[in-house]
Amino acid sequence: MGLEWMVLALIGYMVVAALIAVEASDLLSSVIALGAAGFGLSIINLLLGAPDLALTQVVVEIISVVLLVRVVLTRRDTSVQTHRGALRTAVVMLGGGLILAAAFFAFGGLTGGAGPEAVPPFGQPVLVHKAGDPVPPGAAAAYVEGAVKQTGSANAVMAIVLDYRGYDTMGEAAIIFIAIMGVYTILRRVGRSKPHAPPGKEQTP
Amino acid sequence: MGITIYLLTFLLLLVAVYGIVAKKNIVKIIVSLAILDYALNLLLVLVGYRTGGKAPILSPGQSTEQFVSSAVDPLPQAMVLTSIVIGLSIMALMVAMALRLHEKYGTFDMEHIRRLKG
Amino acid sequence: MSERRTGMTSIVMNTTKLVTGLIAVFGIYIALTGHISPGGGFAGGVILAAAGVLVVLAFGGKFSQRLVTESHTHVWDAAGAAGFLVVGLCGYFTGGFFMNFVPLGKVHKLFSGGMIPLSNLAILVKVGAGLLGAFLALSAFRPTSGPLHKPDMES
Repeated sequence: MGLEWMVLALIGYMVVAALIAVEASDLLSSVIALGAAGFGLSIINLLLGAPDLALTQVVVEIISVVLLVRVVLTRRDTSVQTHRGALRTAVVMLGGGLILAAAFFAFGGLTGGAGPEAVPPFGQPVLVHKAGDPVPPGAAAAYVEGAVKQTGSANAVMAIVLDYRGYDTMGEAAIIFIAIMGVYTILRRVGRSKPHAPPGKEQTP
Repeated sequence: MGITIYLLTFLLLLVAVYGIVAKKNIVKIIVSLAILDYALNLLLVLVGYRTGGKAPILSPGQSTEQFVSSAVDPLPQAMVLTSIVIGLSIMALMVAMALRLHEKYGTFDMEHIRRLKG
Repeated sequence: MSERRTGMTSIVMNTTKLVTGLIAVFGIYIALTGHISPGGGFAGGVILAAAGVLVVLAFGGKFSQRLVTESHTHVWDAAGAAGFLVVGLCGYFTGGFFMNFVPLGKVHKLFSGGMIPLSNLAILVKVGAGLLGAFLALSAFRPTSGPLHKPDMES
């Protein structure tokens, strides 16, 4: 039970850090608050039994904060505090939040995950299958049972990422590849004249 | 108790959406998108948690029955693991776009950029 | 930051010299033992990229240009992606796409897990080189002479 309170407090800390990041009047403070939220997420991952994610999240957080600081440090901007119709967006967001919360309660939040379409309650994932449950245990149970025997990997997460769902991972690697190519393409100097290029070619815009 | 945790995660998500909708500064929008990423990852990891569960890694000398009865759900973690790194590369892409826009217009303000366009 | 030609102070530079190799080795270790302990290719690749980012930040862009350039990271990025695809294709020729084609071995040993260490290695190269290349491109970016259009700040 202590762990749940700790997770709750850390999510609250993340919400506060996110609010500061969104509302801060200085871009550098905003970026640093984002880093605080990310480290909170890393600790939550560690508490929830996901050390792989905690490890990845810490380093990703450091690199993304460095990237964003690289942007905001040398570029002063006076237009941080401008909003687009702040009251209207706040009302819209409040309505959206109420609808989301209502939908969440409707989908088995209070009934303890009774229906087959319900989100499972906290602490009882789909993996846990009791006799007489309407929800079948799903693929995760088979993965956990067969991971060691079928793939020889002690780490079930790696067994899923690279063996059971290797095709999926290839698509995700392709996404990373395309995004990095996009960075190169956007930052490439356009109109850079090549010395050995024929003179007629580079005039086309 | 569990409901409170889920609702706080939804609140985090809504804070991020509010930032995307209401702010006009490009850096703020990038920060909000990163927070949205965090909230979604957190929701997936929370759904896979089992009370008193351990990390889904077989320790030496542990039998398979013990492992199955104590491991948390590894499937959401596998999804989130790639999603984190994809989030970083997408953030690099957005930062590159913001740098280009700042080079061209001299500001991060969406309003100015849009006004100059039309 | 990397704007300065000479990099940071000598304290930072000497600490970086000591630490960078250890960080890089830690990244490779994390990736190679991804199937028996927490970690894997994604985490290891990001740690490897972080080592490169540390060098670029501490020594400045001029110095790091001599060690690694964007064209190097292009090549390694593509090589990692191709290696992952080759692992999948080897499985294809022995059964199905991304099927295991290596003996499984004994659990908790380094040489176990079939094709998972191979895939981890490919992903390590791919993610590390890709993110480091993106950071190099971003840190080498210099705006051309001022904004092309002046925003009207009065209105």
